[in-house]
Amino acid sequence: MNDRLIEVKDLCKFFKVGKGNTLKAVDHVNLYINKGETLGLVGESGCGKTTCGRTILRLYDATSGQVLFDGKDVSKMRGKELLEFKKRAQIIFQDPYSSLDPRMTIGEIIAEGMDVHTNYTAKEKDAKIAELLNSVGMKEDFANRFAHELSGGQRQRIGIARALAVNPDFIVCDEPISALDVSIQAQVVNLLIKLQRERGLTYLFISHDLSMVRHISDRVGVMYLGSLVELTKSKEIFENPRHPYTKVLMSAIPVADPEIDGEKKRIEIKGEVPSPIHAPSGCKFRTRCPYATEVCAQEIPKLREVKEGHFVACHHCNEE
Amino acid sequence: MQSIAKEKFQVIGLEENAVEETARPRIGYFQDAWRRLRQNKVATLALFILIAIVIMVIIGPKLSGYAYEEVDKAARNQFPNAKHWFGTDKLGRDMFARVWISGRVSLIIGVAGALISAVIGCIYGGIAAYFGGVVDDVMMRIVEILISVPYLIVVIVLSIVLQSKGMGTLILAMTVTGWCGMARFVRAQMLSIKNEEYILAAKALGVKPWKIITRHMIPNTLSTVIVSITFDIPGYIFSEAFLSYIGLGIQPPKTSWGALASAAQAQFTFYPYQLFFPAFMIALTMLCFTLLGDGLRDALDPKLRK
Repeated sequence: MNDRLIEVKDLCKFFKVGKGNTLKAVDHVNLYINKGETLGLVGESGCGKTTCGRTILRLYDATSGQVLFDGKDVSKMRGKELLEFKKRAQIIFQDPYSSLDPRMTIGEIIAEGMDVHTNYTAKEKDAKIAELLNSVGMKEDFANRFAHELSGGQRQRIGIARALAVNPDFIVCDEPISALDVSIQAQVVNLLIKLQRERGLTYLFISHDLSMVRHISDRVGVMYLGSLVELTKSKEIFENPRHPYTKVLMSAIPVADPEIDGEKKRIEIKGEVPSPIHAPSGCKFRTRCPYATEVCAQEIPKLREVKEGHFVACHHCNEE
Repeated sequence: MQSIAKEKFQVIGLEENAVEETARPRIGYFQDAWRRLRQNKVATLALFILIAIVIMVIIGPKLSGYAYEEVDKAARNQFPNAKHWFGTDKLGRDMFARVWISGRVSLIIGVAGALISAVIGCIYGGIAAYFGGVVDDVMMRIVEILISVPYLIVVIVLSIVLQSKGMGTLILAMTVTGWCGMARFVRAQMLSIKNEEYILAAKALGVKPWKIITRHMIPNTLSTVIVSITFDIPGYIFSEAFLSYIGLGIQPPKTSWGALASAAQAQFTFYPYQLFFPAFMIALTMLCFTLLGDGLRDALDPKLRK
């Protein structure tokens, strides 16, 4: 248990929308992240991945449930303790265009966290900024530039440098590559992997790009309509998915070789994702699931261990 | 396809180990804005004309050797000449001195009016945007009510209540509802900035709320506010001129450009120069402020930095 850096217990985040309606963005999510590993979080757009990541960092206050960081409840942190948590847990945003203040130079943006958590002199700060820029593969000249002068990939690297500036242990990567060109995506992901190796970082890597998640993650969690449906080792989930939704998702990964891709069987499912405001009762996937039975409509499936380290939330998955 | 002979190509220069980016000296935000404003010739010219007008308004009344209220019955309605550079009015007062002394009133009202509304509007709009919810709703409804009151009525009521038609009353009357536009503007700006991801990033870094406001929210609204002030000034100058023209503004013996134009209008067909000078000054000042505002908007936008 000691090597768990993050433990999420029954985390819920509901938003009130309109009159009396609640949007269950994150609905009783349970997961844990070990020190030094990367947990990939995948799912369709709007399934609550981003909200989940932000709630873990307390950018949103959780409706209920707990987030334990190093065994301490994040929602109960106050003052210095909370500041210390914010130093140790950082985030990289999806949109490199809106995540950098257009009025600040790159140097100022990177230094922002240092101003809060350290008291470097101006000289030390400049040296640290240069070091950070180098570590994300950029020249220190960039410190005097404004964000709009940089390309998307460069901006994203600045976003990474800003997060690294406070020496965090844990970084939520909130779809850091989805706004980038494919060629730049690999660059940024490899940079993240390199930094993880050098600094022993722990990542929560949120993405909808399955092949990227496979590349970077040790374990993968799959979300559907705010609930975690499957959580296991990266290799296991790609080779032996158990939840019907995960199976569909995995069969949808395109393969670069047209011959193999043509032979590959795609599992198709009917219908659209239901609205998260009026989610189906019981198992949320039952409206589209080919194996759905009566029990699925009545009982909410609990996340249970079907194999060592392999958790599935489905009534019809037998233990191995 | 026609092939191009190899000889036609030549190396025009290739630096070994050329660095992708060249370093630029570190300059502050407003330094940079000033540098870019100077590159804009029209805005620079407008700025110089405005500075010249301000200087003339300060020293001008002393230059001609006549006091602005000095009546000279022997020299009534004279066309511009060597003694009276802008001519004289129907009471024989020197127009040159009068144009500049009235410029004081017009400029002070224009600048003070715009600044006061900007300060009130920024505070009010900022509070509404920051707190949001019910506070925002109530505050914005109040603004909507105030905005719907015609300011001519406000001016008349205020001049009756305060029993004066001086500069103070005019500024008060114009700003009493004038700040509403700015409040709406600032609120809209702040609301859009509040949801930007860099604000969220600052929160994730543990930056304190007041620092988020001063380091992110205000700088990101400031430039648009400055531009909006520059565009507001001509509006206030014109309002003052209009109020003085219809007799609700500055009263004799004090005078403003609007009051001068109003006095000249009665005998415009015979002595057009009496109307020309104040009207020209109003137009020139308004134009310069508008052009300067235009230049400032470009200069203060870092996205247009080259």
